[in-house]
Amino acid sequence: MSQPSAVVLSELEVDALTELVNLGVSNAAMGLREMVKEEVLLSVPNVRVVTREQAIANLGQRNARLVAVHQTFEGDISGRALLIFPEAQSLELVRAVVGSDLSLEDLIELEQEALAETGNVLLNGCLGTIANSLQRSLRISLPEVLHGGGAEFFNLEPPRRSDDDCVLFIHINFALRRHAIQGYLAMLLDLPSLVVLQKLVAEYIDRMGISTIVSPDGL
Amino acid sequence: MIPKVLIVDDSKLARMAVIKALNSLHPDRTRLEAADAAAALAVVERDRPDIALLDFNMPGKDGLALAAELLRVDPQLRVAVISANHQTEVVARTRAAGAAFLPKPITENSLREFLDSVPMRQDRA
Repeated sequence: MSQPSAVVLSELEVDALTELVNLGVSNAAMGLREMVKEEVLLSVPNVRVVTREQAIANLGQRNARLVAVHQTFEGDISGRALLIFPEAQSLELVRAVVGSDLSLEDLIELEQEALAETGNVLLNGCLGTIANSLQRSLRISLPEVLHGGGAEFFNLEPPRRSDDDCVLFIHINFALRRHAIQGYLAMLLDLPSLVVLQKLVAEYIDRMGISTIVSPDGL
Repeated sequence: MIPKVLIVDDSKLARMAVIKALNSLHPDRTRLEAADAAAALAVVERDRPDIALLDFNMPGKDGLALAAELLRVDPQLRVAVISANHQTEVVARTRAAGAAFLPKPITENSLREFLDSVPMRQDRA
């Protein structure tokens, strides 16, 4: 598939970003695993440059009503990270985090707080690992719990800048099997950040010191 | 006979990182690469490597399923699964599958420890 923007990431750059996100989300999942006392299943991260509409369509078609824990990050690169799952599973996630012996009343009372904390552990953990690997610091906002659909989540402030509104869309599925919870982490970067990110990723690859290695069979 | 090491990862960058660590430890080893499970299986059947280093998180078949499959083809193969995801369940399943677990990002130290623990094929009964 051709990438719809002027920023074209090379195969190695996409690999490096995928690895960075994989490291970040794997580290973050350790924290969530301790909270839920169950393995957190993770998919391979999917990293693509798409239009904002394509990103929304990717999330929108699966579930009409969603809950998201939303955090923005700012620094050399700016964007947003979201932990998204079906609204119908929201209380079950709270139950997984705070324990199954609470009454429904207590669960509902704790819902916002528990969702925000869960999102915070995953998103902050993930962003922190990525920032450290890129040797940059990011200011990360407090978590905010949102209800709605992909269109609302991805058109949050700051608003779109232009018509060719491309974003770097990173998407990872996560699941807690025992609690039948399935959701995903999404990260969105706008185009100016993408140009900077490309430079930071190139530096990251340089630091790995592998530029002189040539794959023997050219895979 | 020079020992052969197979590196399996869908990410070229990750394969290069493993090769870099391997080169600085054992520049003499023959390196084989595969980008997915099917290619890895073909290499094991054809080239009979001594050691396989498998990425855990790959599209399609993951490193654990692949480890089990490769060990069925060649029970003498020594396998390590490399993963950033070191949740206790993943580490336990890796060991239960008869493979070693190496945390990602791979370091020369952890790779050395694993390689030193592995008898070469010609030494094996």
